[in-house]
Amino acid sequence: MINKVVSGAEEAIKDISDGATLMLGGFGLCGIPENCINALVKKAVTNLTCISNNAGVDDFGIGLMLKQRQVKKMISSYVGENAEFERQLLSGELEVDLIPQGTLATRCLAAGYGMPAIFTPAGVGTEVAEGKEIRNFDGKDYLLEYAFDADFAIVKAWKGDSAGNLIFRSTSRNFNPVMAMAGKVTIAEVEELVPVGELDPDHIHTPGIYVHRIFQGKDYEKRIEQRTVRVKS
Amino acid sequence: MSLSKEDIAKRIAKEIKDGYYVNLGIGIPTLVANYIPENINVVLQSENGLLGMGPFPFEGEEDADLINAGKQTITTLPGSSIFDSAMSFGMIRAQKVDLTILGAMEVSENGDIANWKIPGKMVKGMGGAMDLVASAKNIIVAMQHVNKAGESKLLSVCTLPLTGVKCIKKIVTELAVLNVLPEGGFQLVERAPGVSVEFIRQSTSGKLIVEGEIPEMNLEV
Repeated sequence: MINKVVSGAEEAIKDISDGATLMLGGFGLCGIPENCINALVKKAVTNLTCISNNAGVDDFGIGLMLKQRQVKKMISSYVGENAEFERQLLSGELEVDLIPQGTLATRCLAAGYGMPAIFTPAGVGTEVAEGKEIRNFDGKDYLLEYAFDADFAIVKAWKGDSAGNLIFRSTSRNFNPVMAMAGKVTIAEVEELVPVGELDPDHIHTPGIYVHRIFQGKDYEKRIEQRTVRVKS
Repeated sequence: MSLSKEDIAKRIAKEIKDGYYVNLGIGIPTLVANYIPENINVVLQSENGLLGMGPFPFEGEEDADLINAGKQTITTLPGSSIFDSAMSFGMIRAQKVDLTILGAMEVSENGDIANWKIPGKMVKGMGGAMDLVASAKNIIVAMQHVNKAGESKLLSVCTLPLTGVKCIKKIVTELAVLNVLPEGGFQLVERAPGVSVEFIRQSTSGKLIVEGEIPEMNLEV
């Protein structure tokens, strides 16, 4: 098997340079590539375009990169919960492209499936449709949306093997598998890196062909954004 | 007397039928889950990638990897399934989800909805709302009849940026249950207990259609 293992986050992101377009997996703070984000903050690359459903919170996730003004443009579906983001957006320092969540996911999927574009009804008749081609199929209008073109996709998985095969856990799967398929170079950080042969081929969510670099992550904080519980009666 | 948020949720829960897959939005729609009758089987979809959303976990049993679309910690149920976000919106687009319940800032008499952006205020994004309203075959809006400034949210034409066009078929507010007719207009179906048709008329800026006697809502679960 081809060995995709690198020593850690710093090595994995070493050729990400200023102006790169990155996809970052996760939904809210769930399933985000914490190690790579911290390494990108340390490396202090700037002028980044980040494709990610959300933009983290002020002191965690992509919020850490925003604080250091490393992000030129965010492409997201929902960006609440982040005061620094709001400040940069209102002052014009940060460019933001808000797109429907399903469109975001499916533009990743299209890239990973080798399709240049998709048609979706999301946004027809709204400002999202401005300037976009509309096609009518069977009496209903659809927008033409292009596949993403990202230099790097950075994802987080639960388990992975040295061949780059990935398994995700629970709803931390979210955007990770579709982004993993969509990057020109895909970097995966995992909670548990195992030798080839230990993962059941039937249980793989992302085949290693999509993954170029993989490493054993460390010190996961896995912060919870909205801790909601019920009381035992 | 106008309904509480819980009562709006209670009334909407009566629209859920046995065997339904249901997507609940944030706010009043989330409360609907508390009033689904126990004798029917319903599966809740969370658009980040879960079918079979269970209740909040007991304290100490929260799992950072298991959240709903509102980023709240939740649980799974026997029979739950987990998938990626592309598949999640795939099943929404393909109309596998039977009922979508969401909040709104404005609804127009032809069924347009605005619920994501107020010009001049910080825009947080549409999340999955545009995908849901563009594809769902059955959408119920749960909202207040008038906004905090006392202005009607049921309009002839929406003033805020749209989320979707001609997609809303039913609205439940603290005052009334209304159908949005295909030819346009809010058809009054039920009144909140003690609320007069006249009061609903005053609170509705768009075209209100009242035919015959309008019954009061039954909130018994």
